[in-house]
This record gives sequence, structure tokens and C-alpha cells, in this order.
Amino acid sequence: MNGLLVSLEGAISQGVLWGIMVLGVYITYKLLNIADLTVDGSFALGGCVCATLIVSGQMNPILALFIATLAGLLAGAITGFLHTIFEIPAILAGILTQIALWSINLRIMGKSNVPLLKVDTIFSKVVNFLGMKQMHVTLILGVLIVLAIIAILYWFFGTEIGSVLRATGNNENMIRALGVNTKKSKMVALMLSNGLVALSGGIVAQSQKYADIGMGTGAIVIGLAAIVIGDVIFRKVRNFAGILTSAVVGSVVYFVIRALVLRLGMNANDMKLFSAVFVALALCIPVLIRKYKQRRDYSEGGEKNGNTI
Amino acid sequence: MVTLSNVYKTFNKGTINEKKALDGINLQLNEGDFVTVIGGNGAGKSTMLNMIAGVYPIDAGKILVNQINISRKEEYQRAIHIGRVFQDPMMGTAAGMEIQENLSLAYRRGQKRGLSWGVTKSEKVLYHEKLKMLGLGLENRMSSKVGLLSGGQRQALTLLMATLVEPKLLLLDEHTAALDPKTAKTVLDLTEKLVSESKLTTLMVTHNMKDALRLGNRLIMMHEGKIIYDVSGEEKQKLQVSDLLKKFEEASHGSFANDRMLLA
Repeated sequence: MNGLLVSLEGAISQGVLWGIMVLGVYITYKLLNIADLTVDGSFALGGCVCATLIVSGQMNPILALFIATLAGLLAGAITGFLHTIFEIPAILAGILTQIALWSINLRIMGKSNVPLLKVDTIFSKVVNFLGMKQMHVTLILGVLIVLAIIAILYWFFGTEIGSVLRATGNNENMIRALGVNTKKSKMVALMLSNGLVALSGGIVAQSQKYADIGMGTGAIVIGLAAIVIGDVIFRKVRNFAGILTSAVVGSVVYFVIRALVLRLGMNANDMKLFSAVFVALALCIPVLIRKYKQRRDYSEGGEKNGNTI
Repeated sequence: MVTLSNVYKTFNKGTINEKKALDGINLQLNEGDFVTVIGGNGAGKSTMLNMIAGVYPIDAGKILVNQINISRKEEYQRAIHIGRVFQDPMMGTAAGMEIQENLSLAYRRGQKRGLSWGVTKSEKVLYHEKLKMLGLGLENRMSSKVGLLSGGQRQALTLLMATLVEPKLLLLDEHTAALDPKTAKTVLDLTEKLVSESKLTTLMVTHNMKDALRLGNRLIMMHEGKIIYDVSGEEKQKLQVSDLLKKFEEASHGSFANDRMLLA
């Protein structure tokens, strides 16, 4: 029983830290209607930059996170550049950046993984200071960071620039007619999103004590799964801060389910299949329900069910 | 004052689908002119409005607003001069955002946007007042999502948004065509009110000849990318639908009989 609790707490912490990545995905996928596949690359980028700076550069772990975030902003800018200036479809632009980042990440680390065992991380600093268990620190610190980010995003998307980003996702023609350079706003959104994703990668690397070239593989699917789960659980929430919170909760639920499934004996290598099927189902079900309802409500005689469109 | 001089536009140049959309347009709008634009399908009415707004670049010619040449400016750069309402009620508003948020976006048309709050308290007072004027009860639903409104309500809101900051030129592209007759009338009355209140220089494309005759101080007719008739003042007042039909017949050598204009 104790083992289960420990693995649950671990899963919750993981969900919270990956939740920052989910917030990034939320910005592009939900607010801007762009499926941005840069995410897999920029998540690993954040981890790689952070780990390399801490180990080889002996940098302060907080400063390293800051620079990892900047690296993510840059990755987003490249996707944005390809998409807005050269009109490459967003999905393809993201894939190009993601593939390029694989090589770049290997260059940054010089090998396929960098352990963070005998160096300071933001977590070990707090552990040393407060004398609490690493596990609890990860969770508490993670929650505090996520709350701070949600607060910042809530503020940002209420400002003039933030409103413009939301409007760009809503109705690009309209906001352009109101004098907004939508190329710029998409660029800002992609940068902000990938900055968050890289920050998440850096924090996850620090919590798991290593960065790995493959750590971002499938991140976008996890992000989408978390958003879908959050949507289902908090269907009635309208408040923007609540919606952002629901994305993070979705992430937590995803990692908890994952931990439980693994504990039940599923092979860890099958996890990606599980995630993909899960997301595919989550996206299929609303369509199926709609089609079913259309069929059910149809009647040859007319008005039998009294349903009108 | 708005001037178009020798404006040309051809779509799909050099292909089998080549289409001369604007064929040497010359037009001068005086301050406060309310011009209705009529013409058959493919005459170039909407294209002309889109060229002025900067949706596509023009091939040749000049477009001036208050002596400023805007021909080579991007669409978003021209927005500082121009307010627009589109045919599709979905086009002019952001469905997923609140009524007041939509208004606040329009309130900053052409302005630099920063990190100050998106909708301020003093703005809300202004929006409440303006919405009240529409007489649709929207002033009590300012934090409702625009997606919940009907097509007519959305079009009225778009009209308000386009004129919230007084534009040097208002472009109305068949903005009542997608509405039922009763709603169309409401939106048209509102158009008349807003335009005459601030004496806005306006170009209004319409398929309804009665509206084209009733509204505005000037009327232009387009055919195959050219302005073939330009009438204003008293002469316009005397004009009848039958006169317009005759003009069309002359211009299109009889092929006009098939056009949907006939139904208007």
C-alpha cells in the first residue's frame, strides 16, 4: 500500500511539472488553433540546455531554467518564422523545427544524456534548506511554480496584447481588419508556448536528475491528452484561470492513470501506444456522438422528435 | 477624401482562369460621400472594396486616403483609416470572446497595443452607452460570448465596432445580404443612422437596387471591372429602379436578364 502511495505522489508531481508543458500546448492548440509539433523538440531542448548549463557551465539552476526558457522562445520563433513568413503549414513547420532540434540537442549535450546527480537543482536547494523529503519538495515547489505561471498567463491574456492573441485564434480576418499584424501575434503565441514547454523540460530534467535526448518524444500527445482530460473533468468551467487549471489537472490525471496502468503490469514500452489510442478515442468520441445524434433525430415524416436545427 | 486612380487587378494571371477583376478604376470620394455600389455578379464590387482594404495587393494604380498613398500598405496597416463590415455576419466578430472584448478590440483599431488591461472600466461605460443605442438589449449582456448572438445582432455589433473609432472610410460589403428582410432593415436603418450622425465617407455594396436608390447621396454601377455609371445629388434622387435596369441592359448587352439583380 505504501508503495502505491509513493508512486501516486510521484505521478502527481510529474503531472504538475509536465503541466507547465501542457499550458504551452494549450496556448497554441486551443487559443490559436495551431497543432504545433515543435513541442517534442523544445521540451527536450529545455532539458538539454538546462542540464548542460548546470553540469558543464556550473550555472545556478534557476538561471539555467531562465536560459532554457529563452532557448524555447527561440525554437518557437523558428517555427513561427517558417509558418508566418514562408507560409509553410503550421504542422509541417513544427515538424521541421522538431527534427532540427534533435540534432541541435545532441550537439548541446555532446552525448545522448546528461545526469544531474552531484549538482544542485532547484529541488535539492530547497531540500537542503528545509530538510524535507525530495518527493514532497518536488510536489510543493511544482504546484507553486504552476500557480505562478497560471497567474501570469491569466494576467497576460487579459491585456491588450493577450486579447489580440485570443482574437487571432478566434477570427483572424476580423482582427486583421482591426489593424493587427496576425503574423506577429502567431509568432508571439508560438514563442510563448515553446518557452513554457522548454521551461517545463528544464524543470522535469532537474526533478528526474537527468536530461535525455528522447525525453520530449510524444510530449505533444501527452499535452493533447491532458487538455482533453481537463476539458472533460471541468466541462462547466468558463473562467480562464479555471480553464488553465483544468489543463494542469488533466496532466496530473494522465500521469496518475499512467502510473496505475504501469503498476497493473503494462509494459512501459506500450505506454506510447496507450497514449495515442487514448487521445485518438478522445477526439473520435465527440464526432461519433454528433453523427449518432444526427441519425437518431432524423425522421422521414418530419417533426417526430420535434428537433429543429 | 479617398481617391482611386487607374487601379487594375487581374486574378490568376497567365492561367486559363485569368480574370480581369478591376480594369482601370478611377474614383474620387469626397468627404462625407455615402456611395452605394451596384452591379452584377463578378462586376468587381467586392474586389474593389477588398483592394481598398488591402486584402489583396493591386497590380497597378494608386489608392489614396487623405492624400496618403496606401496602395502598398498591408491590410493591417490600412485599418487605421478604414472600418469594415462584411457580408458574412461571422466574419466581423470573434465568436469565442465577450461582447465587450470585441468592442475593446475595435476601440483600439490601428493603435499600438500594449500590456495594459484589455477592457478598462471607463470603456465599459462607453460601450454600455453605445450598445444601448442599438436597441437590441445587448447593453445588458456585455460579458456574453458573441457566439450566442444571432446573425443580425452580430452584424449590428460589427457595424458599431467599425464606427466606434471614426473611420476615414467605411466599407460595407453586402452587409445585409445574409440577413432576413426584417433584420436587414434594422441593420440598414442603423447603418443610415451611424453614417449620417458622423457624416462618414462610405462605400456600400448592395444587391438590392431599392436600397441603393434610397440610401446615400451617390450611386455607382460597375460592370466587368469598370465603373460604368456614376450619379449623385438630385439626379440620383430622381432615379428609378427601371432606369437602373435599363443601364444594366445597355452595359451587358442583354445578358443581364439572367442575373440575380433582377430579383431585387
